[in-house]
Amino acid sequence: MIDEVRIPSATQTTNAIKNLVRLENITKHFPVQSGFIAVLLSKGKVPAVRAVDDISFTIRKGEVFGLAGESGSGKSTVGRLVLRLLEPTSGQVFFDDIDLNSLETEEMRRMRARMQLVFQDPLASLNPRMTIGQAILHPVTIHMSNLPKNEQRQRVLDILTSVGMNPPESFYELFPHQISGGQRQRIVLARALVTNPELIVADEPIAMADVSVRALLLDLMMKLKKEFDLTYLFITHDLATAKYVCNRIAIMYLGKMCELGPVRDVYEKAAHPYTRALLQAVPVPDPLHRRKEPMPAGEIPSAINPPSGCRFHPRCPIAIDKCSQEIPPLLEVSPGHLAACWLAE
Amino acid sequence: MTAESLFSIRNLSVEYHTRGGDVRAVDDVSFEIRRGEILGLVGESACGKSTLGKGLMRLHRVPARITGGTLLFDGRDLMSLDEDEMRMVRGGEIGMVFQDPMTSLNPVQRIIEHLTETILAHEPDTSEEQAKKRADELAEKLGIRAERLKEYPHQMSGGMRQRVMISLALALRAKLVIADEPTTSLDVIVEAKFLDLLRELRQEFGLTILLITHNIGVVAEVSDRVAVMYAARLVEIGDVRSIFADPKHPYTRGLLRSVPNIELNDAELYKMEGAPPSLLHPPTGCRFHPRCPSVMSICKDSNPPMSNVGADQQAACWLYINNPQLAEVKHD
Repeated sequence: MIDEVRIPSATQTTNAIKNLVRLENITKHFPVQSGFIAVLLSKGKVPAVRAVDDISFTIRKGEVFGLAGESGSGKSTVGRLVLRLLEPTSGQVFFDDIDLNSLETEEMRRMRARMQLVFQDPLASLNPRMTIGQAILHPVTIHMSNLPKNEQRQRVLDILTSVGMNPPESFYELFPHQISGGQRQRIVLARALVTNPELIVADEPIAMADVSVRALLLDLMMKLKKEFDLTYLFITHDLATAKYVCNRIAIMYLGKMCELGPVRDVYEKAAHPYTRALLQAVPVPDPLHRRKEPMPAGEIPSAINPPSGCRFHPRCPIAIDKCSQEIPPLLEVSPGHLAACWLAE
Repeated sequence: MTAESLFSIRNLSVEYHTRGGDVRAVDDVSFEIRRGEILGLVGESACGKSTLGKGLMRLHRVPARITGGTLLFDGRDLMSLDEDEMRMVRGGEIGMVFQDPMTSLNPVQRIIEHLTETILAHEPDTSEEQAKKRADELAEKLGIRAERLKEYPHQMSGGMRQRVMISLALALRAKLVIADEPTTSLDVIVEAKFLDLLRELRQEFGLTILLITHNIGVVAEVSDRVAVMYAARLVEIGDVRSIFADPKHPYTRGLLRSVPNIELNDAELYKMEGAPPSLLHPPTGCRFHPRCPSVMSICKDSNPPMSNVGADQQAACWLYINNPQLAEVKHD
């Protein structure tokens, strides 16, 4: 049973590597809306967008796990599945060895205090009619309702200080439109942290911020990680930024995971041709730098009828016959470094 | 500097009228766009780079207006043209590509119809067949298969739509294309291909491109020269290699150092303190002075003019101006 208010040190008994989140063969299909006649003709077989297809991985306690890919790769869907904001079509999600799908609504609600989500657009994540103080206080009143009112307020002020909003009292009564974009993202982080969560799913948390603000936000996220003993699932399309914050990274393409491993291994010894293309495509801030490899042909196919076998095979420069026939499993190429490619060594 | 100027912008200012007062989003900006070059214009949100891009085409409507400056394009002063003449320049001699191609294309018009209609509107003497033929040829060059021209915008991917936008500009043989964040809504691989395309087009059509973006990496990849804006003013301009190798303005220095680089193995990113100022109440003197690590007392009082800081590089910073006051300041 989960405590109403989690005491941070209570669950930390060992220093050994511990898995906080475990996904087992997770699949998520979204049915495609179609007309009445089309439904009749399809005889009950409704076409579906195969957003996430049979994915398994673990997030270790205390790490920053990066999840990267292009639009439509399914990375955000995975983020929502981890928090059980979406129900998987099949497969299981374990948080701290508890099967989330086995929890009742009320149990799940309490569980949510331990996991929080930060989105890309802070203005869209904040209620324009709520002051900053009210916005951060709201989760406290839900998850820590047994705290006296003045302590609840103090908690909000403390967390505002932690995210660098000083002095906290001067921001408490302000509305989101009265502060800058970078400050708003700090507020969203503060609101996520106020219930003392263990896991933060950050979905493109800095994609909207300007370059000069980005570095400060990343720095803050790392500082908070230490201070609050957090684990991050860092979802991003920006491999250059991911390099600075992630311990391990997974690359997704069309609902499948094609590579997973320590950041250094994946960036320096990318085993999957798609990962190599993705890394090559990132613009380098150096006018003397030129791309060495040509970009893959064509565009990302539809996730409704994904290609057979390896989903990247129609665009892959080194594809062999086998790639179009059999789905490559995610196998280890070196310790801790996995790739799903028939030609990976 | 022997390169011929295609577009000479002198002392351009653009203001927005707001309830809080007039906001000068472009403040006394002067620069040249040279024939055949890709000029990258970089800056953070709200620095005025898009307002500047629109200003070059006199695209502003109330509450924005151009409050001063001259726009000398290919020997003509655009400020002296009337609205009808200006409309023929826009989309004709100066093409535009915006961030979101979906909002630039008509959702209920097939791509081929859009292309031919545009050609016919600007060149009424052309027959419909000729226009169609030209559109077909162009599309092929841009890697759009002929059968896809019969599609509607929503049937195309973001990268394809952006190619259509470029083909619209090329269909009218534009001399200059102003591309405002053209790759921002695209994925990296699509973006890389689009940038390759821009480079090819420059070679093949002798196109001049003003590339407005916040992405420093994109500028480094395709630009010949780069202009940096901060708080409505131009702070540095010059050859892309010189600026990336040796940025002079403290803002440019900070900006370039805070860009994540996938190639280098730096453990930490540079963190610039503070945030860009509000243009309602901009700082006095040099607008970067409250955040500048090498600020001097003169910086607070007067705005530094552009001065030569390299062979093909200018910056607006008191550090590089031989000023009698400077000696005194350093003693402080």
